[in-house]
Amino acid sequence: MLEFISQPWPWYVSGILIAATMFVLLYFGKSFGFSSNLKTICTICGGGKFVPFFDFNWRSQTWNLVFLVGAILGGYIAAQFLSTGEPVRISEATISDLAALGFSRPESVQPEELYSLESAFTLKGFILLALGGLMVGFGSRWAGGCTSGHAISGLSDLQLPSLIAVIGFFAGGLLMTHLLMPLIF
Amino acid sequence: MKLIKFLIVGIVFGILMAKSEAFSWYRIQEMFRFQSFHMYGIIGTAVTLGVIGVWLIKKYKLRDSDGTPMQFCPKEKSVIRYLAGGSIFGLGWALSGACPGPMVVNIGYGYLSMIIVFLFAIAGTYLYGILKDKLPH
Repeated sequence: MLEFISQPWPWYVSGILIAATMFVLLYFGKSFGFSSNLKTICTICGGGKFVPFFDFNWRSQTWNLVFLVGAILGGYIAAQFLSTGEPVRISEATISDLAALGFSRPESVQPEELYSLESAFTLKGFILLALGGLMVGFGSRWAGGCTSGHAISGLSDLQLPSLIAVIGFFAGGLLMTHLLMPLIF
Repeated sequence: MKLIKFLIVGIVFGILMAKSEAFSWYRIQEMFRFQSFHMYGIIGTAVTLGVIGVWLIKKYKLRDSDGTPMQFCPKEKSVIRYLAGGSIFGLGWALSGACPGPMVVNIGYGYLSMIIVFLFAIAGTYLYGILKDKLPH
């Protein structure tokens, strides 16, 4: 059994479980939206004293922070007990595209060129990670949600604003992947 | 402990993000290059089941565990905030290879440099709070 679930899971298993995550949260009276945690953390750090946007009763979001802690633990459990240590099985086409940008064949989950501690503490490496995070945080709050809030919860409820947001996610992602990354790397 | 159930759902979410490789920068690159069905299969399955389930919840007026009807609040109508905010999110998603949930799954998995990405995502959220009234919505 452990050996079986240690293999990479097929897409439909993941898709079913993501939908299940949303429905279980709905059953508990909550709405699946992860980026709200970023706002909550700003509030807990005292942001409400300086910026009205962060002046709200963050305790209503405690459940979501607990979910966040669970997600960290889930990552830890997956790495420690459910991993075969094999690199991600991406397509050869992607491997050769990335090779042209200077990325070597995957050896694990994340590229050494971006996520090794050595790379993260070079000036360029640090700026890229910081910029990526900054844009995710800024963009998700401006758009009022991230992949979970819009692409999963919003699209499931056939919300037009969420469809527009997801089109934005892809517009930005395609621009970065095809036009900007060749200039950056 | 009313909160323990959210911890368990979070753990399942973290494991599924890791085991389906959806938390990998490589998988996000593959998606934005349209070179595999994997990520589209994940999102497509989740949304298809989600649409059917939400439709059933509304049709049969299902209630949550407290007995209150399940709520869906319609998002406010606008184009600019979703398109502009979404595009900036997408730029960051493709560069870092992680949206907010998978960021913390990566930290738990042992990718400590993802802490930098996560801290700057918090900083980006704070920046939005400062600039909110100057941005079109």
